[in-house]
Amino acid sequence: MAAAVASQAVASMASVAGIAVSLASSSSSQVARLQLTTPAAPSSFGIGRCHLLTRSSATSDFGSTAPKKHAVSKVATNAVVVINSDNYGSALLYFSHELLLFEALREGLEEELDRDPTVCVIGEDVGHYGGSYKVTKGFAEKFGDWRLLDTPICENSFTGMAIGAAITGLRPVIEGMNMGFLLLAYNQIANNCGMLHYTSGGQFTIPVVIRGPGGVGRQLGAEHSQRLESYFQSVPGLQMVACSTPYNAKGLMKAAIRSENPVILFEHVLLYNLKEKIPDEEYICCLEEAELVRPGEDITILTYSRMRYHVTQAAKTLVNKGYDPEIIDIRSLKPFDMYTIGQSVKKTHRVLIVEECMRTGGIGASLRAAIMENFFDELDAPIGCLSSQDVPTPYSGPLEELTVVQPPQIVAAVEQLCMRG
Amino acid sequence: MAQQLCHRTRSLLRLSAIVSSSSASSSLIPLSDSIIPRQQQQRAGFAADALTVDVPVPFKAHKCDAPSLSVETSAQELLSFFKTMFTMRRMEIAADSLYKSKFIRGFCHLYDGQEAVCVGMEASLNQKDCIITAYRDHCIHLGRGGTLLEVFSELMGRKDGCSLGKGGSMHMYNKKGGFFGGNGIVGAQTPLGAGLAFAQKYLKVDGVTLTMYGDGAANQGQLFEAMNIAALWSLPVIFVCENNHYGMGTAEWRSAKSPEYYKRGDYVPGMKVDGMDCLAVKQAVKYAKEQALKNGPFVLEFDTYRYHGHSMSDPGSTYRTRDEISGVRQERDPIERIRKLLLSLEIASVSDLKTLEKEAKSEVDEALAKAKESPQPDTSELFSHIWVKGYGAEAYGADRKEVVVKLP
Repeated sequence: MAAAVASQAVASMASVAGIAVSLASSSSSQVARLQLTTPAAPSSFGIGRCHLLTRSSATSDFGSTAPKKHAVSKVATNAVVVINSDNYGSALLYFSHELLLFEALREGLEEELDRDPTVCVIGEDVGHYGGSYKVTKGFAEKFGDWRLLDTPICENSFTGMAIGAAITGLRPVIEGMNMGFLLLAYNQIANNCGMLHYTSGGQFTIPVVIRGPGGVGRQLGAEHSQRLESYFQSVPGLQMVACSTPYNAKGLMKAAIRSENPVILFEHVLLYNLKEKIPDEEYICCLEEAELVRPGEDITILTYSRMRYHVTQAAKTLVNKGYDPEIIDIRSLKPFDMYTIGQSVKKTHRVLIVEECMRTGGIGASLRAAIMENFFDELDAPIGCLSSQDVPTPYSGPLEELTVVQPPQIVAAVEQLCMRG
Repeated sequence: MAQQLCHRTRSLLRLSAIVSSSSASSSLIPLSDSIIPRQQQQRAGFAADALTVDVPVPFKAHKCDAPSLSVETSAQELLSFFKTMFTMRRMEIAADSLYKSKFIRGFCHLYDGQEAVCVGMEASLNQKDCIITAYRDHCIHLGRGGTLLEVFSELMGRKDGCSLGKGGSMHMYNKKGGFFGGNGIVGAQTPLGAGLAFAQKYLKVDGVTLTMYGDGAANQGQLFEAMNIAALWSLPVIFVCENNHYGMGTAEWRSAKSPEYYKRGDYVPGMKVDGMDCLAVKQAVKYAKEQALKNGPFVLEFDTYRYHGHSMSDPGSTYRTRDEISGVRQERDPIERIRKLLLSLEIASVSDLKTLEKEAKSEVDEALAKAKESPQPDTSELFSHIWVKGYGAEAYGADRKEVVVKLP
């Protein structure tokens, strides 16, 4: 059935950013894979630009100049898209509405609030004010004060309250106005949210979603530029995802709300105004999957959130210089999608991780260890990792730019890694 | 008597005009000294210009006796209130336009409307006292001895800023002046303030700490923890709640079950004061300081108002009406109140005040121009001040070639 669906999808397909399709029984059968183009090229999507690669015999124009040497069937990405539509083929044809990332988050949240009456949003200024980044604009009027809860400024308490409510059947979405404020609730998240399912012997589930904007913005100062993914990654029981495009923002939001596990959804302050076309039909992204942004041969670049755009910008330079980078947006920060990553490493044999976390103890550090452990024999060069400097983010503009990874540094790192071995 | 007063103050004004215009870089001297240098004040014995003013709005006391409504002040002090508040107002308006022209980025929280709190407080404090506040700190930094150049440079992220450009709007500090920030996370400064008071008591410094927070932060748990410990150990800390009635978009009645913040200390005595009246603030802080040094913590609630939104990214009109804002501006503006007082007591004439205003404007403009010329911080500043003592470690850029810096 899956194969039939896929072959129907083959027939005519618009290119879609951010989804790849895999089939349940993909061991021997052909794998349909959609090419993902970067959303950095706005309004480049439309019906008629076909980027679907299907069987190994078929070829398609990827937009890269490197010759294809491999058989497609070996390069299966495992990302799964659940599309709630009988007619799979037509579902992807009509991407007719374009919106900004925060609007995509709002759409996802609204659909889930409509669908499930136990979903509620709790946070500061989420109700009457409409959310400090307008993600919940208009919801208080539509859903009422009891589902869009405006709290006083007490992160520790309202996070704890939401966790308590989740134990007994609600599905709260906790909004931190800035991720950094959730540090005040760290105890609740680490000890209660992450652990209660385990320590209660499975009796309690905590289906909360903790979301908020984080990351280094434009001169927001040290305390408002926190990257919490590194602080939360070793808490057992938590699942972490980072969205980077309107498409995956909506999909991940919906998936996170429907998940029975506590999920932390990392958004980025500077990505809220990204524009993209997304399907009208309902869809969800898989929480544990990585997303192939650009297939390639020479090197695997693993990235997430805002750094994805720095990487795709660097990729333009790299392609001009003759390199063929494969870019994967890992999306799932915990657990890592080692299958997708591994397949890519086996193909390219070189890895560069580009992240916004601090160098010490960041996501890159864990990912590096995981790749080394699992795919050491596949590597032709040491795993490169570009991260932010281990400094509090300074306010001064030029200094702040030096703190995060910039595209020229990515280009230099790729060149260096490709020269070895 | 009034005749003598007028004569005295006119010569005083002439003196102040001479003093402030003769200093070429008046933006560099602390604002509090810009009217008349302190030594001169003491020598000339300006106490003779002392007068008593009755503040209109009564204090509301909780578990203590309210002080008298007659405030002792002097003509010179009233003039300095006027000039200082006016300078602060001009500074905040300049910051507004700097933000709109993208010299200031990120978050910028403006204090205009609340100047009376800061200026009135300083009138009752000295160098041994400490102040710590949240992110609405530009004016308080000035009041504690900071200069306009420092504030503007820091806002623009330049080298001459008080935190060398690395802190920004929300992180201004002045250790010598006893100003401890400048804190971004709401409510996190309250335990810090209790700690400052603890050190003062431990080291037997005869001073108090004023820990400032807003009505939004009044619901933070850590505030109550700090109050509890302060009361247990009798720390000389004054918890100052600047109640501007809105925690960003949430009005006080929607976030606090009991918006009587001066009573929220429960066992800690407290007082509610009209925060738009400099003299009332001065009196209240003087009283609270005496109480804190004798008996331990005290809570002061200043009923004040901010004209701008919560920050420059908040229009400030989605959750309150423009009529409300303009109403407060007309009826309760702190600078207008002092102006009316000065005019009615015939301490200064309209043209005298205009002169002071012009001076203030020129000081602000001068400092602003100078700050715009200030250079960006060096690259090496990225890595300085992480640790106090260097460990000889090296920090380097992404490819190990750029920006190799030995950590200081």
